[in-house]
Amino acid sequence: MFKSSERKPFQQDSVTYQGSSSSHLQYPHRLNFYDKPPLFDVAIEEFETCALDRLRVLAEIESSAARNRTWEESTLAVRTQCDKHLVMKPNSSKYDDLDEQRRKDHLSHFVLRLAFCRSEDLRRRYVKAESTLFRMRYEDDAHADREAFLNSRDFNCLPVPADEKAKYHTELSSLYFAPSKNEAERKAAFEREKYFKVKWTRVPDLVEKRRVFLNRGWAYVPSQEQSSIIFQEFESRLEKALEMTARLLPRLDEDTRLIPILNNLSQGFIAGSSSDWMGENGDNANGEELKAEMIDDMSKRHFPMCMKTLHDRLQRDNHLKHFGRLQYGLFLKVLGLSVEEAIVFWRKSFSRITDDKFNKEYRYNIRHTYGLEGKRANYPAKNCLQVMAPGAQEYGCPYKTYNPDNLQSALLSTYSHLGLKAADLPDIMQLVGAHSYHTACTRVFEVTHGSCGVKKGDGLNGEHVTHPNQYAAHSRELYKAAAGGGSSEDMVVVTS
Amino acid sequence: MDALSPEAMLTFYRRLYPFKSVYGWLNHDHMPTRLWTHREFAFTLAGDVYVRYKSYNNSDELKADVCKLNPSRFEIGPVYSARPRDKKTLRTLTPMQRELVFDIDMTDYDEIRTCCADANICKKCWKWISAAVKVLDQAIREQYGYEQLLWVYSGRRGIHLWISDAEALELTDQQRKAVVGWMNAVSPAVEGTKRPNIRTSTRSLPPPLAAAREILLPYFSDIVLEEQDCFGSEEGYEKLLDFIPDKKIADALKKKWSADPHKPSSSKWIDLKNEVKALEKHQRPPLMAAMEDIVLHYTYPRIDAEVSKHRNHLLKAPFCVHPKTGRVCVPVDPRGIDSFDPEKVPTIAQLLGELDALIPVDGQENQPESDVQRTSLAPYVELLDKYSTSLMDLKRRQKQDPDVLSW
Repeated sequence: MFKSSERKPFQQDSVTYQGSSSSHLQYPHRLNFYDKPPLFDVAIEEFETCALDRLRVLAEIESSAARNRTWEESTLAVRTQCDKHLVMKPNSSKYDDLDEQRRKDHLSHFVLRLAFCRSEDLRRRYVKAESTLFRMRYEDDAHADREAFLNSRDFNCLPVPADEKAKYHTELSSLYFAPSKNEAERKAAFEREKYFKVKWTRVPDLVEKRRVFLNRGWAYVPSQEQSSIIFQEFESRLEKALEMTARLLPRLDEDTRLIPILNNLSQGFIAGSSSDWMGENGDNANGEELKAEMIDDMSKRHFPMCMKTLHDRLQRDNHLKHFGRLQYGLFLKVLGLSVEEAIVFWRKSFSRITDDKFNKEYRYNIRHTYGLEGKRANYPAKNCLQVMAPGAQEYGCPYKTYNPDNLQSALLSTYSHLGLKAADLPDIMQLVGAHSYHTACTRVFEVTHGSCGVKKGDGLNGEHVTHPNQYAAHSRELYKAAAGGGSSEDMVVVTS
Repeated sequence: MDALSPEAMLTFYRRLYPFKSVYGWLNHDHMPTRLWTHREFAFTLAGDVYVRYKSYNNSDELKADVCKLNPSRFEIGPVYSARPRDKKTLRTLTPMQRELVFDIDMTDYDEIRTCCADANICKKCWKWISAAVKVLDQAIREQYGYEQLLWVYSGRRGIHLWISDAEALELTDQQRKAVVGWMNAVSPAVEGTKRPNIRTSTRSLPPPLAAAREILLPYFSDIVLEEQDCFGSEEGYEKLLDFIPDKKIADALKKKWSADPHKPSSSKWIDLKNEVKALEKHQRPPLMAAMEDIVLHYTYPRIDAEVSKHRNHLLKAPFCVHPKTGRVCVPVDPRGIDSFDPEKVPTIAQLLGELDALIPVDGQENQPESDVQRTSLAPYVELLDKYSTSLMDLKRRQKQDPDVLSW
């Protein structure tokens, strides 16, 4: 894939302060069709970090799509993410290191190609996300920049000569869509418009809507619709390239450095990146200490489904198996339960055994969870991905492990006092059916916190759930804000 | 012999069915290629048993299997990535190529035809099919540049179109969907869509529909206004009034017509035209557009979208016998479509009768090829043979001089 003879070290001297003339740059255009792979040396860390940054942007695109946001809203959300992680300034911007940004973009694209070529599902989602990103950038670009980019690459469009345009004048003008209603202006705009001929199979969407003139298999496309051809071209090239990459991947011939990174990246695509929630110490959002008695109440209002089921099971059986205790215990720790309160809580929950037995068998482990025994490792609470890892049905993500009917009745019994109605279920079940478990959980969050002003599409501060503690903390924050700063435990929940 | 008994079908398959011609048409060559060996066939056996993923090495194998199993009909599917009959040993089987097909069925016209209903068909309502064939044939040839078109009567009340051009064979599902979208202008099955969604914001008809309108205008006056008298009943003219955007005119016409509801459609149409003429020039365009819409709604081809969209759709093979009517699904020459009479298509009973009456020629004992030529099936077989010969010629020429401009 990368010919070693062609590799060269990337120039390190930065090139800046050159206004709109961009011919000196190695990447003269912001847009990139990613025809050629990057051929420079890259450090392993950069390999990983730039890919993770791009992943955040793509995850945002996917989550916007899953929530049916409008095009404008999605573009805005993605642009925010881009500005944070994958900045791409236009040629007119004077003070940015354009080459550096574009290089990162170029590199990250190809790293992610490696990570996502493996399965058909991943390939499809990756192509969709990348095409959407390309489209957003294309639309965002200044007109001159776009022209320059289009001219730089041969798109196999035949320009239509003037006599041909005159020959089909009536047909072409009947399809021409001009922004103004004035007939004379329309005519003038039409005369100015340049037309291209392409094989109709390259613009099936335009043909389907009868927006182009077809003759002998050639579609006559005005330059205003040219973007459609570009997008189609981008998508099909990427698909083909991914298939080729998948076939060549076994020849990568190395296991220890890149493969783990690639695996990690493709996992990340499945549940968003949750690195913000690996907090080791409990945040006390409240400022006041979390007591054992408060847990039950909190579980009714602030817990995501996974933790609620664990809590209920614990209360019902007065017992929880090892992995369940681990998952729930870590969750409570990050929630803000101190080790003393934790011991009290578990002792009360394991009500059927004697003090002695409890002290002998469980106390040590609880303290171990808090990093007070053994190797004193302060374990972070498990995020959604880890919760979803294959295991028994008692722990793990209910959206994933429960069968649909059980899930629906469980959701209703757990959340109906918070406003979840049967009417909300089809939406959620559809997300579950599409394996979008974290989005389903986010949706439940949105519905149950409607009284705090959360609307559909808001998510948890604009993001979807990636960690059970994220869910709980946001929930508590919202209630606190809605109660006007009072203790969230005093709030009376209005049931509908 | 009872017309559709298994014995009759078996005799038909043994002595009349033109296996070699069908092979030539699908294979484009004398020696078997993947277009044949990897092609799926599906049989409908007695008791509604449906057997899929059959494939054969040559036309004799197909004939042998058909004669052995004696299906009431069989269907043709796509060319797959491997031999369909090996399906159980393969991990995946993907469709690779398939002719672009269209299916026009009279039932889609039920809401506007007055001469027959349900499964019946006559020379009068067949005219709609003629109109559809003309429009579609011209549109496909002119706009897509395809030339290898085969029209096949479906045996009872419709017609199929098989397009075998090289590019058409390779079309993906997405591209087929695009062709269907481009073709569709009337959606009769959807409730409430009285107005076909055919115009862009500029209000004139897009080019393919403008071209279609030219062909359809004479059919409109012939079928709709005269023969079928679509607006002759109250129900009929209410539907017409729904199309008119101007409430004043609609009300005026309604009053006029309710006084004489069975006035012939042609004069009602003249009433409408007069109302429009009475308007100021600048007020006319929306009504003229509505009149065009009406013409299209009542005559434009109504295709079955699902048939064309998917590559793996199975469609009945030509020359099969329709079990309810006994008629053979014969190919039709689009140039002679106006004179085609569905009631004159050979039936299996008729053909078997002709076979019985044949005096055996000395030295030629019941040879299928010569038998067919002495029955009324002959001209239809000849049509298919000529067509498949042209396909084979085309393929041979293309091998010698491949087309450069392929993008």
